[in-house]
Amino acid sequence: MTTATLEVRDLRTHFFTRAGVVKAVDDVSFAITRGQVMGLVGESGSGKTVTGFSILGLVDPPGRIVGGSILYQGQDLTKLSEREMRTLRGDRIAMIFQDPMMTLNPVLRIDTQMIEAVQAHARVSHAEARTRARDSLGMVGIPSPEERLAAYPHQFSGGMRQRVAIAIALLHRPDLLIADEPTTALDVTIQAQILAEVQKLAATYGTALIWITHDLSVIAGLADEIAVMYAGRVVETGAAETVLDRPLHPYTHGLIGSVPSRNRRGERLRQIPGMTPSLLNLPQGCAFRTRCPRADASCEQEPGPSQPMPGQTVRCFHPLTPLPLAGEVDARQRAG
Amino acid sequence: MAAPIIELRRVSKRFGPTYDAAARLARSISRHLGTAQRNETVHAVDNVDLVVARGEVVGLVGESGCGKSTIGRMVAGIMPPSDGTVLFKGQDIATLPPDRARDAKLKVQMIFQDPYASLNPRLRVEDIVGEAPLVHGLVSHGDFDAYLDAQLRRAGLDPSFRRRYPHQFSGGQRQRIGIARALAVQPEFLVCDEAVAALDVSIQAQILNLFMDLRRELDLTYLFISHDLGVVEHLSDRVLIMYLGRIVESARAEEVFARPNHPYTQALLAEVPRIDARKRRFTAIKGEIPSPIAPPSGCHFHPRCPHAMPRCSQEAPRLREIAPGHDSACHLNDLA
Amino acid sequence: MSTTALPTVTREETPLRRFIAEFCASRVALAALVVFLLIGLAAIFAALIAPQNPYDLAQLDIMDGRLPPGSISGAGYTYILGTDDQGRDMFSGILYGLRISLGVGVGSAFIACIFGTALGLFAAYVGGRTDAAIMRLVDLQLSFPSILVALMILAMLGKGVMNVVLALVIVEWAYYTRTVRASALVERRREYIEAAECLALPRHRIIFRHLLPNCLPPLIVIATQQIARAIALEATLSFLGLGVPITEPSLGLLIANGYQYMLSGKYWISFYPGIALLVTIVAINLVGDQLRDVLNPRLQR
Repeated sequence: MTTATLEVRDLRTHFFTRAGVVKAVDDVSFAITRGQVMGLVGESGSGKTVTGFSILGLVDPPGRIVGGSILYQGQDLTKLSEREMRTLRGDRIAMIFQDPMMTLNPVLRIDTQMIEAVQAHARVSHAEARTRARDSLGMVGIPSPEERLAAYPHQFSGGMRQRVAIAIALLHRPDLLIADEPTTALDVTIQAQILAEVQKLAATYGTALIWITHDLSVIAGLADEIAVMYAGRVVETGAAETVLDRPLHPYTHGLIGSVPSRNRRGERLRQIPGMTPSLLNLPQGCAFRTRCPRADASCEQEPGPSQPMPGQTVRCFHPLTPLPLAGEVDARQRAG
Repeated sequence: MAAPIIELRRVSKRFGPTYDAAARLARSISRHLGTAQRNETVHAVDNVDLVVARGEVVGLVGESGCGKSTIGRMVAGIMPPSDGTVLFKGQDIATLPPDRARDAKLKVQMIFQDPYASLNPRLRVEDIVGEAPLVHGLVSHGDFDAYLDAQLRRAGLDPSFRRRYPHQFSGGQRQRIGIARALAVQPEFLVCDEAVAALDVSIQAQILNLFMDLRRELDLTYLFISHDLGVVEHLSDRVLIMYLGRIVESARAEEVFARPNHPYTQALLAEVPRIDARKRRFTAIKGEIPSPIAPPSGCHFHPRCPHAMPRCSQEAPRLREIAPGHDSACHLNDLA
Repeated sequence: MSTTALPTVTREETPLRRFIAEFCASRVALAALVVFLLIGLAAIFAALIAPQNPYDLAQLDIMDGRLPPGSISGAGYTYILGTDDQGRDMFSGILYGLRISLGVGVGSAFIACIFGTALGLFAAYVGGRTDAAIMRLVDLQLSFPSILVALMILAMLGKGVMNVVLALVIVEWAYYTRTVRASALVERRREYIEAAECLALPRHRIIFRHLLPNCLPPLIVIATQQIARAIALEATLSFLGLGVPITEPSLGLLIANGYQYMLSGKYWISFYPGIALLVTIVAINLVGDQLRDVLNPRLQR
């Protein structure tokens, strides 16, 4: 087993607000190896974005990491100083966001920003940095990169801006790229282009990719591994195929079931009743039990992670039955 | 086919900057001097015919800049067309006397995309939902409380929350408030403009089920505008595909998804991420969506179309019937 | 189907309560608000607090003129802040002067606010040529220095409190119109306004019940700044002798009266009214600053 590029163990990030303590990330663990694509799936309030921010040390007060460790190639990122984190950020670990304008400065030209990004981590001349920037733009599929370098962000369309953000993120061939819903706001055809680019680049450079999203369909086509988050905890992990074909946790099962393409046309969609509980006021024990059809009195205790099959973990006292053998196709589940 | 409830005949909508006296003077001077005038008119909707029969659910699909939201607003009566006529139950709403026009307007209601911007943050729920019925005399003061409670309950909200403000609710609940508001004036037709796009998947399923229930209970007709093909396929009887202001394909839902004719529809369906697809290589059609200010000549799609011919850049294809109930606007269909 | 809302709010949290809580987070602003309220109360109850009515000539003794602070009057009370050249008690004069200053300042700002806001909302909602015409008028108004316009108007109309109020309204309305219009243009495009139109609500209802409450934040900030401005402007006009008549002196006029004595050592005749004016304006500005921060949507959440 290859050493993990990134291993998150029992991570806890809490926000200390006037209204109370928000346990945005509460005991999250997962690992990702070189070249792997992991989908971090969850709805709003699940803690997936805060997890991404925690890895990069970007959590601002009133939030902070209160426990656990984040091991990057053996080094614990939570113990590093801000200066040490800065040398890693952008160089070895990079991030792209839903809004590319979180990466791009609207008043600076693209070449200025990219050259700055290059020279932040590499001692090269201005001309050399510019060449690298231009090559990077070409690699993400931006036509006429030489002319585009002189442009400002507002002169690009949304999809183009996201490509530039990806180009910046990959300038130093990082070992890990965290992508926080980068295609959610884009059109379908543009989304497909971005997904194609990212897939190709990750394969070329062996970059490990954490793709944060709420869209299971995107993850289905992209990810090797999936981790499902609910109310700050990881409730299920496993290989993408296994989790999507035969989910173990009732929440995952409900989520997949409510996708329209998994239901018969014209019929009522299978829905999860109720709403995500407020993070200020989580139910005792399993956070999902107020909405779970399988919950009973034992769920008032918090379930720890269990491993019903190798490579799969789930946090549930009443998980669904796991896939006995590879290759079984559940026709019933597909037809609804 | 049942009687049409909404009909758009040769409707166009153009947006352009309005020049005041000084700007007009400047423009005419520079025209005399021979410098080219930048045409800044956006052809959001270009000569569209659309019929929705009573009881139908028509899905309107397209990406940004295609004009679907503009059509939605023209149908709902909050935006007048630049050309063409909008008919409600066979009557041109522009020629109706004020009180009849108002009645027609109330019969067509709209559910908006952004649950955070579509509710007045300063009004309580009871005012948001109850204002219009009171103002228009649909309910007397005496019956108001009972009426309001019924409306809230129908949308899946607890009536005891009537004195709360929007910021105290989640996104899904706000959308329900918006639905209650629309239903309170007893409409016959609902325009849903990306009504579930901003919601989490599990809440989306609840709201879509609510739409389907209301359709049955209240005999409503829907124009469902969305970019999400999965949702549209599930809900709609008929589907219209739009690209850059024009309808490029129109057919019954099963037909469009099983046998897409127009190259754009085919590309769209090929690129939509599907939860059933597993780790795949994303292949995308090239090119960006053109700006609606300067759309390509002839067929708007020809620069990105893998089957483009010389004729496509010269002549705009008309929407013709290629099979019973299936229309498409593509020159390829003329090659028998 | 569950219908529970977020359980985070235990008691009814109206936008007003939230606003008050955020405002009081700044102690400086809270202190300034208290000071301003005290000043306001002092002005309202001047007749009860002041030892002397400075406008009643029968109470004045010209022999008591230009006495320094702390002197005893013939009637037995102390001239806490001295007297002016007419024998008026400075403290009483300041209290009564505050009445005029605050009354004119707040009154003119209020009237200008109503007029300017209505015009700005109308311009934003209707758009087109009406909007252009109104904004050209605003541009015209704002291109002249306020003092100049006020002086011209007062020169034509003559002195008098109501004339001063009128002049100030004419000078001030344009700021409100411009601010409200900018805010309304943004809100106009929001979906809840579209929803109101979809519900066929009458136009005036949409403007005043839906648009206006959501344009209030910058309006409130501007209004507080304008009150301070109006007070200062009125003081300037009175100082120049074109404002309120000497029978109803405002703080500005009091300052003007004592100006000639500044160098001869009888500072109190100008100094104390000046302090009063300064404290009032600073208090209003501090309150306005905090209001601006609290109401700034970008700093929300």
